[in-house]
Parts: sequence; structure tokens; C-alpha cells
Amino acid sequence: MAGKIITIAIMDAPYESANSTSALRIVQSALQKGHGVNVFAYEGAVNLTMKAQQPHPNPVKGTSVEQEQHPTTKEWIAALFKLAQEKGAKLDWVNCGLCVDERGAGDWIEGPKRGGPKDFLEASLASDATLVIATK
Amino acid sequence: MGKYVLIESRAPFDGPDSEQFYELAEGLAKRGNETTLFLIQNGVLPTRKRSRYNGMLSRLVESRVRVIADRFSLRERAIRSPLEAIIQADVDTLVDFILEPGTKTIWH
Repeated sequence: MAGKIITIAIMDAPYESANSTSALRIVQSALQKGHGVNVFAYEGAVNLTMKAQQPHPNPVKGTSVEQEQHPTTKEWIAALFKLAQEKGAKLDWVNCGLCVDERGAGDWIEGPKRGGPKDFLEASLASDATLVIATK
Repeated sequence: MGKYVLIESRAPFDGPDSEQFYELAEGLAKRGNETTLFLIQNGVLPTRKRSRYNGMLSRLVESRVRVIADRFSLRERAIRSPLEAIIQADVDTLVDFILEPGTKTIWH
């Protein structure tokens, strides 16, 4: 059943909700199966790809950056772009431009592009399935 | 007859929404629709044995709702032996269901 297209809208900012993890797991699974994925990052989700994210130590546990191995969402998403390339599947990631401007989140990793709700609508109409993961 | 995938990410202990979502799944199934309820994140918590929602989940299964719990979410919450009526699966299965032609998917 490879070669289908799924469009996913996400809205949660990083490190706030398990929704982000679940969304990225679904994207990973679809790409692994050879499906194309469109992601529309809306509202706080535009921060997921920010280049300036840095891992941190944990002063409570007394662990260093290296020991903590703190994951960043930008690294996970960069890995998804790499997976798409390896699988020959398309990952189209659109960050909502107005949401980006509001948050000053315009410096992101290689891969995502700027767009708007129109892109989500068009992607959805051209997809086999659409999933909207709204914030609580 | 339609196909529906309802994804429940919340626990019913947090508010009345989840119970209404279960009722939506039951209603869809009773009207002859192929209905899957995929429990993920805290949505898997009521699958723990002796939860007050065990009866509700069993009733959904009896109503021909396919109730699936995400293995990853179960592991995170130390639910090693969930309610027997519940199917355990990974998001790979969820992706397959979502991409079945004519399927409508709702996330809660």
C-alpha cells in the first residue's frame, strides 16, 4: 500500500504535549512505508523546526549535556527529512508564515518552507487522508 | 456504510469529552459503520485492569468497535497487561487504517 499521501496538521509547541511526539511517530511510520507526507505546522508548532534549539544539562539530576542526551524536535524532524530521502518518499513541511512572524521563529532547519492555510487546504484535497491534531 | 478511525489521546478521568467520544464510536458502529477507536497517549489509561472504564471499553467491543491501544503508550504507562478485549498495535497499524480508501479520521 506504499505511495499514498497523508496530510497532517499540527498545532502544539514543542515540549508541551505528547501530541508532538505522536505526530512525529505517525510521520515516521508513513515515510517508512514509502508514503508521502505533508505537514502543516500551525500556531506553536512552527517552533518545532527552529534551528537555535539546544539540548541542555539537567541541574536537578546533576547530569551534563552529554549525559542527559536531551532530544530536540529540530533533530527529530531533520531525521524525518533524511528518512524521506532514503525512502524516496516526499516530506513536504510547511510552517504557517503568520505564526512564524508572531513568534520570531523564522530561522529553521533545512527542509521546511513558509506557507499558509491555503497550502494545507490544497495539500488535503490532493491527499488520500488528512489528520488534524488540534491542541487541547 | 462508512469507515471511521477515532483517535483518543485523552483519558476519561480528565473530563467528560472522552466518554462522549466513546459514545460517538459506539453510535457509528451501531449504524453499521466500520469503526476503529485507536487509544494513544493518556487515552490508553482506561485499558488498565480494574479501571472504572473497563466496562465501557468492553461494551464498545461488543458493539463491534475495533478498540486498539498503542503499544508505545502502554509501555510508557507501565500497562503490561491491558484489558483482554483490547487489541495492541503500533502507529504503523494506525497509518494503514487512516489510509484505507474512504476513511474519515478524527483526533481527540
